[in-house]
Amino acid sequence: MTRPQLRQSTGVPFTRILGMGAARGDLVVPNSEIIEPINSSDEWIQQRTGVITRHRASADVLAIDLATEAAMEAVANAGIEPSQVDLVIIATISNVQQTPSMATVVADRIGANPAAAYDFNAACAGYAYAVAQADALIRAGAAHYAVVVGAEKLSDIIDPTDRSISFLLGDGAGAAVIGPSEYPGIAATVWGSDGANADKVGMNATLIEYRDGKAPWPTLRQEGPSVFRWAVWEMAKVAREALEVAGITADDLAAFIPHQANMRIVDEFAKQLKLPESVIIARDIATTGNTSAASIPLAAHRLLQENPQLSGGYALQIGFGAGLAFGAQVVVLP
Amino acid sequence: MALSTEEVLAGLAELVNDETGIAADQVALEKSFTDDLDIDSISMMTIVVNAEEKFDVKIPDDEVKNLKTVGDAVSFIVSAQA
Repeated sequence: MTRPQLRQSTGVPFTRILGMGAARGDLVVPNSEIIEPINSSDEWIQQRTGVITRHRASADVLAIDLATEAAMEAVANAGIEPSQVDLVIIATISNVQQTPSMATVVADRIGANPAAAYDFNAACAGYAYAVAQADALIRAGAAHYAVVVGAEKLSDIIDPTDRSISFLLGDGAGAAVIGPSEYPGIAATVWGSDGANADKVGMNATLIEYRDGKAPWPTLRQEGPSVFRWAVWEMAKVAREALEVAGITADDLAAFIPHQANMRIVDEFAKQLKLPESVIIARDIATTGNTSAASIPLAAHRLLQENPQLSGGYALQIGFGAGLAFGAQVVVLP
Repeated sequence: MALSTEEVLAGLAELVNDETGIAADQVALEKSFTDDLDIDSISMMTIVVNAEEKFDVKIPDDEVKNLKTVGDAVSFIVSAQA
């Protein structure tokens, strides 16, 4: 007696980003509003980080609201119907409610119910991880059109007196629709992690410690100099590898969109990569702040708004952060 | 061949100058990187990485915290290359 063989799914050969969306926190917070608790100055912050303002969200605006707004714009820009979306992936570290996931609710809000939907945490590498997943799932036939979102309300998990990272952080969400393409639009992803250095950046306590009165409300901390060294010199190797696996060189790039961690990292990173002058470098951090998983799509969205000629060009995007998780790939800008 | 203290100091002064613009002759052994030369932690890390390459030594993150003065860095590099 023989049984029928199982059918496995197969998808399309190529994918690309079809459209993007962005939502920044509604409040523009200049350095002058945050310097007192860290005994600092506007000049000190600008010199060391390049941040002039950061966007933060009002108390009644949640990460899920920012994610919804960004996702809706991405779907509209992609020129597809929301009902065609059958996968919603949200990268976040700042959802203050563990379950349900933001993605299920966002899928419903944007008109994509009953799309498969889930959240995951790859910190500041989240968007690059999400793009890798959506690309792979669509090429495998597990989904057809995916909305990937990086969404953060980091202002809920910062300490105004912390001088290591809090003053850099902002709130926002960036989204992309990924779907089938006639040509290769998302190159292979170089990704990984280094949990041996997981203590270099992350929360300073657990929720259990908070519940039991052993720690104040957990907030983000980092060992700045160590993270800087890793983010520039180790990540430069990952970025070069992403170019290599994509089969291109820096000369072929139209844009470089690194995670917007700190302007000093962006500048030193670009220097290490020896990018030609023609490559436009994303520097959204100056006015948006560091928004973790949201920073790459927010920066890409702004680049496209300010430089519409970039559409169709190759962009190298690389995310890196807590974990230490990292991910990089070359994409064709929508 | 291992470099002398004077040679390492001259090389380090060049790296400090590249990163910060501080004149090389200001980079003396007794100077503190933070208090005297006003070098912040990120510039310090850039100098450290460039020094690793220039002098072919490893300077671990944990060690960087102990390099308070130019002399500390020069001594570390001189002994690390030996």
